[in-house]
Amino acid sequence: MLAFLVRRLLQSLAVIFGVTVITFVLTRMLPGGVARAILGPRASPAEIAAFNHENGFDLPGWQQYLFYVQQLLHGNLGFSYRLNESVGGLLGDHLPKTVLLLGVATLIALGVAIPLGVLQAVRRNRVEDYFFTTVSFALYSMPAFWIALILIQIFASPPLNLLAPIGPQGPISTYLEPDQLTALILPVASLALVTIALFSRYMRSSMLDNLVMDYVRTARAKGVSNAGVLYRHVLRNALIPIVTLLGLSLPGIFGGALITEAIFNYPGMGFLFWDSARTRDYPVLLGVTFVVAVATVVGNLLADLFYAVVDPRVRIAE
Amino acid sequence: MSVRAAVPEVPGRPGPGVPAEGGEVRVTGTTWAMAARVFAENRLAIAGVVFVVMVFLFCFLGPLLYRTNQINTDIANITQPPSPAHLLGTDNVGYDLLGRLMVGGQTSLEIGLTAAILATTFGVLWGAIAGFIGGWLDQLMMRIVDSMLAIPTLFLLLVLAAMFVPSLPMLVFIVALVAWLTPARLIRGETLSLRTREYVDAVRVMGGTDARIVIRHIIPNTIGTIMVNATFQVADAIIVIASLSFLGLGVPPPATNWGGMLSDGVGYTFAGYWWLVYPAGLLIVLTVVAFNLIGDAMRDAFEVRLQKR
Repeated sequence: MLAFLVRRLLQSLAVIFGVTVITFVLTRMLPGGVARAILGPRASPAEIAAFNHENGFDLPGWQQYLFYVQQLLHGNLGFSYRLNESVGGLLGDHLPKTVLLLGVATLIALGVAIPLGVLQAVRRNRVEDYFFTTVSFALYSMPAFWIALILIQIFASPPLNLLAPIGPQGPISTYLEPDQLTALILPVASLALVTIALFSRYMRSSMLDNLVMDYVRTARAKGVSNAGVLYRHVLRNALIPIVTLLGLSLPGIFGGALITEAIFNYPGMGFLFWDSARTRDYPVLLGVTFVVAVATVVGNLLADLFYAVVDPRVRIAE
Repeated sequence: MSVRAAVPEVPGRPGPGVPAEGGEVRVTGTTWAMAARVFAENRLAIAGVVFVVMVFLFCFLGPLLYRTNQINTDIANITQPPSPAHLLGTDNVGYDLLGRLMVGGQTSLEIGLTAAILATTFGVLWGAIAGFIGGWLDQLMMRIVDSMLAIPTLFLLLVLAAMFVPSLPMLVFIVALVAWLTPARLIRGETLSLRTREYVDAVRVMGGTDARIVIRHIIPNTIGTIMVNATFQVADAIIVIASLSFLGLGVPPPATNWGGMLSDGVGYTFAGYWWLVYPAGLLIVLTVVAFNLIGDAMRDAFEVRLQKR
């Protein structure tokens, strides 16, 4: 187990190192270089040379890279000249909102998708199964922004006019106030819908995989009731792959959050990123990319470790 | 946005019509014939194939039968409801919508297919080489893949789309740049088990080079995985291009794609101009569903083929 842990940790570190190389190369690939991107198209060659010298961009590539990594290690993710704020400061403001949105939506998605997957597996190839399979297939094949806009059209416009079409705009501490809370409903719902479609499909097949296992027959032979087999044996085993799925779908969920935040004007990290992409605010783009990548790596690592803890077969196979 | 693109490693993409249990298929003949038979038994997949063929005919032959001006805008005739002159009405700058669906579909399909072919070719070679040679090179090559996979697709795409002005070839390149990672991983995994097979030793004994083994023996044996993954990639690419268009970083006008049409159209939902929204949206959904159904069925078909060996 310890060897597995160490190896997996080293692997994650290697990946994070790789991510720093990628973001570094991306900054160096900017059309016209960093100076041009920050100072604008009208900067004179002398200004650009001065900027490059001041920021060390005239040094050899490897020195620049080391400096970049050193800055990252000190928590300096870059500086947005457009917003005149450090990327770290911007993230401190936006990241908690995204974490909240993702967290709530994922929890709701799990709460719906797991029972749904169980139902579909138990009633496989019956009407219910076909119905939900079709629905999740359709949701899954729809561009996420369309789902959100349909929700807005149904719930946030006449004749219903129930909910607000934009997310909460205040600081995160005000989210529990009634109007902020209702503003959260649609962003959370549209993010959850896409995730439900994905999770329930995997839950269904994970249940089906486990229903044909030998231990099911053994349990039945011992006289365990149908419900007992289903909930005490099959469900528990079927949940294990869902944990991995959760870790692996983190990048996808981040992507979904980006679109949701863009639609609902929800001031989270995805919105910040989208805004920066349109205004070509490269320091923010690359800083956020790095943070999201690290979060993904950590998520995958945790999923793997959890898997190894719950399922001894993983450790033995190592 | 495709959530699925990010989860390459969970085996057995579930979907409708998965036979899975039992699966006692008694067939004879070549493995290909066997795979084809299993595929043909899947009615949903056949429907998928028929639909894809129809969409291709619609997009590429349609403009020959239904001629419209898709270059110049027609400000006098904007947002017209469907009529004999414009079968599906006109959009917010006066383009005939049915004709626009054909042109936009061409873009969506061209990007989807080209990106899938590019990404698959590169990813398969990358994965096969890494898996076959092994050692530190394998470690290095796969850590590069892991590092790129760690960056969520949409984020990487947006950075690239912000850096390079998105023209059509550039979009294909950007989508492929992100999409080759999954096949690389899958094929590397298969290569690891294939390279210890007897026939690889046999080729070696006969004096075959490493390149020959990889290109003539290993890659052909992974064809099932390759084709299944390529099919899903077309579906993913269509959605990804749609999302990019919505985020304002898609193909520049007058070119368009279904995603761009849909995101332009949704702005007019509240005005009641349904023809600006639903035709494009439905075409996206149905085409993506069709490709996914085909991919699902192909995976089942090739799994049967593997079981029988």
